[in-house]
Amino acid sequence: MKLRNLSYLLAIPGFLQAQMLDPAQLVKPLSDSWPTYSGDYSGRRYSQLKQVDQSNVKNLSLAWSTRVTAGLPNAGGGGRGGFGGPAGPPTIVGGEGTGELNETSGRSSRIVGAVLMVDGILYASAPDNAWAVNAADGRVLWHYVWKTKGGTHTGNRGMGMWGNWLYLETPDDYLVCLDAATGKERWHKSIASLSEQYFSTDAPIVVGGHVLVGTGDDLDEPAFLQSFDPETGALQWKWYATPQQKGDPGLDTWANLDAAKHGGGQMWIPGSYDPDTKLYIVGTGNPTPAYTSQTRGEGDNLYTCSLVAINVDTGKLAWYYQTSPHDTHDWDSTQMPVLFDAQFEGRQRKLVMQATRNGYFFVLDRLTGEHVVTGKFSPTVNWAKGIDKTGHPVRDPKKDFDIAGALVSPTNAGATNWMPPAYSPDTGLFYLTSEDSYSMYYLTETDPRGAMGLGGKEERGVGILGTFLTAMDYKTGKVAWRHEYPGSGPWGGTNVGHGLLTTAGKLLFAGDPSGNFVAYDPANGHPLWHTQLGEVSGSPETYLLNGRQYVLIAAVDMLYAFALYQ
Amino acid sequence: MLHGNHGRSSAAAFSLVLCGSLYAQNPAGIPAQAPAAGRGGGMIRSAYPPRPPADPAAVERGKGLYTVNCAFCHGSDARGGEGGPNLLRSQLVLDDMKGEGIGPVVLNGRPDGGMPKFDFTAAQISEIAAFLHGIPVGGRDAARQTPINVVVGDAYAGKTYFSAKCASCHSVSGDLKGIASRIDDPKTLQQTWMMPNGGGRGGRGASTVNVPLTTVTVTLTSGQKMEGRLVRVDDFLVTLTDAEGRVRSFPRKGGQPQVVIHEPMQPHLDLLPVYTDKEIHDVTAYLVTLK
Repeated sequence: MKLRNLSYLLAIPGFLQAQMLDPAQLVKPLSDSWPTYSGDYSGRRYSQLKQVDQSNVKNLSLAWSTRVTAGLPNAGGGGRGGFGGPAGPPTIVGGEGTGELNETSGRSSRIVGAVLMVDGILYASAPDNAWAVNAADGRVLWHYVWKTKGGTHTGNRGMGMWGNWLYLETPDDYLVCLDAATGKERWHKSIASLSEQYFSTDAPIVVGGHVLVGTGDDLDEPAFLQSFDPETGALQWKWYATPQQKGDPGLDTWANLDAAKHGGGQMWIPGSYDPDTKLYIVGTGNPTPAYTSQTRGEGDNLYTCSLVAINVDTGKLAWYYQTSPHDTHDWDSTQMPVLFDAQFEGRQRKLVMQATRNGYFFVLDRLTGEHVVTGKFSPTVNWAKGIDKTGHPVRDPKKDFDIAGALVSPTNAGATNWMPPAYSPDTGLFYLTSEDSYSMYYLTETDPRGAMGLGGKEERGVGILGTFLTAMDYKTGKVAWRHEYPGSGPWGGTNVGHGLLTTAGKLLFAGDPSGNFVAYDPANGHPLWHTQLGEVSGSPETYLLNGRQYVLIAAVDMLYAFALYQ
Repeated sequence: MLHGNHGRSSAAAFSLVLCGSLYAQNPAGIPAQAPAAGRGGGMIRSAYPPRPPADPAAVERGKGLYTVNCAFCHGSDARGGEGGPNLLRSQLVLDDMKGEGIGPVVLNGRPDGGMPKFDFTAAQISEIAAFLHGIPVGGRDAARQTPINVVVGDAYAGKTYFSAKCASCHSVSGDLKGIASRIDDPKTLQQTWMMPNGGGRGGRGASTVNVPLTTVTVTLTSGQKMEGRLVRVDDFLVTLTDAEGRVRSFPRKGGQPQVVIHEPMQPHLDLLPVYTDKEIHDVTAYLVTLK
């Protein structure tokens, strides 16, 4: 925490109250708490906790479990408090809809995103819903529900926190600020137009005096990253992923301004942050129309499918690197960028790496965006003809789509997807879940103007050759090892893969496609401990409370906390 | 280094028999052609509710005005035309309620974009708006899905390929006799011959034919062999249904017991990295002749 930010802290009312987030925690390496999406800003998901280690992980056992209940009170999803049971937690209702569209099950009760842990309290979320849970025993302390007006309810990636305040995005495009102590709403603010079919699922990232917010849209509308004042919700800046005016850089990579303005690039997964350079490094989404690309022109379509570095104070682009020039398969590059410092070819470098949905793995200099390494983590990937001299995959137009069908690997769901990867400085390996799979892509749109959004193609899967826990060597870009999940098939509830956590206890935690929650040896992928939960939906996290290390995992509407048996 | 702890063997031939039900082989019970949904299927009942219907007479007048004045540039379907952009994805149009947003643009034109001024009344502008807002807007529009002929290959080349690569297991006078009559949609036929069990994920590739089930042989440390239909397998447990229909589960640890999965689709899986698209299209062109 830099001294210059202290004045900002003092401006937060109630700074000295209990159970608030000291922002200094956010720039420390991941340890006792989990105060932001990836635990810390680096995206590594590497915890320094090592009470649980390879020697004792066999004694990891259930400390508590709890089920969260979504939806409006008395909406049929309850069951709490009857027959003399304990009274349910207080439910706070907000929102501008009528409540008719709110759901109690499905995606609205499915925890897939980050669960924050700050000062003994967990904060979990799903579309239109948020909960505070006692991290010691799993008791729900409050439930907040938002009356929705609509929007694609594909998931919620978690909340952001600053001081005593939580920040939640809603599918109908609001940013809601909650009081973490009570779940009561402090304010909410429209962040995008529902009429333009935006939907907001992202986890806000709080950096200094900025709440960084991304949204989604599947109707060719402009993609933007917005920065809001954490106190007032006032807009500070808005960065567009594609050119919006004549003279904007990158316009020459589009057929015309109208194509660029509707060119997409939605940032629906948060990025990583480098406090030394004040750069927020985030992956942009696919260009639109996603498949019928003729209206976009022949160019690269900047800055879609790129890693971009944005200065958080100015909202200006510092550098970019495009991981899928002119994407034609809806393979966005929103996967989590992982920041790390390492020796590379004899000198210490500040690097960022990303495994993207298109099957390729990239290492870049995070100060400049200079390309360092490109590798491939799915050997079946066949959409590119090769790699150019600065590391970009070169698309093979024959594998775009075809009226008679083009056999393409990976499927639209990708060789990997948004589930967060991990990096261990102990092994020097980058971990992700991946698959080798094929689909036939049929062009169904013969109108030369193409389709909008995700239209214009039909995809039919033909086979999954294997699903894997994969370790990449950043020095070479090659696969270090792959642990193949037996009985290859779909992932069981997720589109591709599972989120990961690695620890100084030399453990690598992940869900598997069969619903097991597993601790692996990060050196070789051998399982060391497991338990069967039915379906793992979230990414593993860990925290220390009252001297005890907990490993937390979300399984649909259940939270499970494991600790060493005592 | 690749880790694959389980063995796989391939059952050679399998019979191709039509099922009674189109979806019978799909364990998830999801129709092959799931309705178009949002990203990740995460659509609540009405994610983007249509606007309340406008007065049909006003819509009709608006359509007339649009057709005469706007369609040349913006397209008769408003999806773009000679120089004019697609209006369906226009932020101005999407955020407009009753003409208050589009009105100023219509009245003033866009001189720098080449759009002339139009001298419409407020009522006429609201009628044009009513017409535009009545057009359903979505990236995936089922109404635009038109049947497309996927049979573009060379049937003779397909026959040659079939003889070389497929005929060791399949026969056009045996299991494939009349296959094109049994599966009369060429796209479905293509998907089916490429991966007869559906192969895909999430029900998107449901099968239309009966295929042998995946079986497993578990060899216990005692040497006893257990065989049956594979129910599921992971790193820690293998579950099968034996000949008597009993469900049997065996914990797996340290490579014991030995588990060998017999995947009847393995020859088809092995071909996926090998095919060219032309070979696929040629084989389909050949198979559609097998009426």
